[in-house]
Parts: sequence; structure tokens; C-alpha cells
Amino acid sequence: MSLVGPSLAVSAILFTIGVLGVLIRRNAIIIFMCVELMLNAVNLTFVALSLVYGLTGQVFVFFVMTVAAAEAAVGLAIILAIFRHHRSVDLQNINLLRG
Amino acid sequence: MMAEQLFWFFAGTAIAAALLVITLRNPIASAFCLIVTMLSLAAIFFMLQAHFIGAVQILVYAGAVMVLFLFVIMLLNLGRGESDRKRAPGILAAVLLVGVLASQLVPLSGYSRERLALEFSRSTLLADPAIVFDSTMNAAGINPARATQERGVPGDIAMPLFQQYLIPFELTSILLLTAIVGAVVLAKRRI
Repeated sequence: MSLVGPSLAVSAILFTIGVLGVLIRRNAIIIFMCVELMLNAVNLTFVALSLVYGLTGQVFVFFVMTVAAAEAAVGLAIILAIFRHHRSVDLQNINLLRG
Repeated sequence: MMAEQLFWFFAGTAIAAALLVITLRNPIASAFCLIVTMLSLAAIFFMLQAHFIGAVQILVYAGAVMVLFLFVIMLLNLGRGESDRKRAPGILAAVLLVGVLASQLVPLSGYSRERLALEFSRSTLLADPAIVFDSTMNAAGINPARATQERGVPGDIAMPLFQQYLIPFELTSILLLTAIVGAVVLAKRRI
């Protein structure tokens, strides 16, 4: 049995869990971890379909990982700066741009 | 079949740990559950013949990125606080929204070579479905197993990476440099 279909299902479920986490949590760091989870789910889709369409999918996973690493570094630096300013990483306290 | 059982074991572990990530109150526990998810995904990558990607997943994600997360959590001293979950109406709206998303994404698992081949034959693409959907050949007409034997696992992915995608690969170095500078500027107290 091919593992492509089941992998796509697992990927869809993981992505959905990531979206749910972003929507129901208020801690900035946990929301950030959920974004990483979604990126991982998409990577799984790329790898699964690279079994069918050739290795280009795996090259894309490589690029996604680079972007995710850069994003994690910059994002965590932003969270650090926010924490210094507000003494909290709860996104409900950060509403400077609210009208 | 052994491989299939292992796949479902790791898939179940990944999903259970992902659910723990979004439900646990303590951010450190969440981060450890995320590491479990990423390691399970690495095992699934190995099963899908993506050995290099699996190794990089362990090194970069489960290693470097998660250490960065744990480091920041411990630096900010975010221990067990009160629950940061939203109130009931917010959660209800989120679950409804996610239900819509899941109902669109999960049917993707009904994917089959035959159906895709059918759609392929209707499209105007000039690829031969027999080559694209033959399990021993990939789109380039190369047998993956034999190519791997000849070049080794990293060589397989290195060929497209350093030929067809050389310029994007070099651009990622600029991206990483920008990220380093950006992270230092943002995290420094006084520049």
C-alpha cells in the first residue's frame, strides 16, 4: 500500500491542529510554535508528493526549513522585545494598534 | 505489514503530541511535545524515502529551532501561569472555523494515483502519465532506488539543489544573513 494518501491525511490533520492552536491560545510563544507545526505539516505534504512527482518537492522542503529557521530567530527576537516592553507575552495585552 | 504499522504508530504519536502542544498550559511542556511531533515526522520522512530531509528535520527543527524556543521560554521565565486560553465564544468560533478547514483538507487523503492520472490525462500538460505515475520511475524518468544506489542519499537531492535551484539556494544565504542582523538588532537593548 502506498503511504502517500495516509501521509496527506496526517499532514491535513496536523495543519488543522496548528490553525486551531493559533486561534485558541493567547501566549505568543505557543502561537509561534503552532506556526512551526503548520510549516512541518506542509513539509510532510511536499515529501509525500515527492514520491510521485520527483525530488523537487524535497528541495522545496529544504527552502521551507531555511525560511522557518530565519523566521524563528527573528520572531523570537520580536517576542523578546515585546516582553521587555509589556512584561508579558499575552497577546491580549498587546493592543496598541487597536482603534 | 510492518512498515504500515510503524507509519500509523508515528502518525498517531505526532497527532497526539500536536494536540498536547495546543492544550497544555505550561509552555515548556508544549515545547517538549512539539519536539516529539517533529521527531515522529522525521521518522515518517525516513519511511517516505526522504532520508536527507529526515536527518535535517532532526538537526534543524528538533535540534536548533526548538532549543531556541526553550531558551527564550526559560529566559522570559514563563512558567505555569494562569490559563491563556480564550473564553468559550472565542473557542467555539475557532472550532467552527477549523471544522470548515478540516472538511476541505482531510478529503485530500482520498488521493490516488489513478484519479490523479485521470485528471492528468484531461489536462494539457505534456508529461506522460505512465512515467509520472509509475512507482519505480519519477517524473524525470529516473528510477529513484537505482539513482540513490549510484549517488548516495544526499547526492539525490544535491543534484537539483545545486543545478536547477542554485540561485534560490544562494539567496537563502542572504535571507539567513538578514535574519541574523534582524534578530540582533531587535533583541539588543541599545544599538
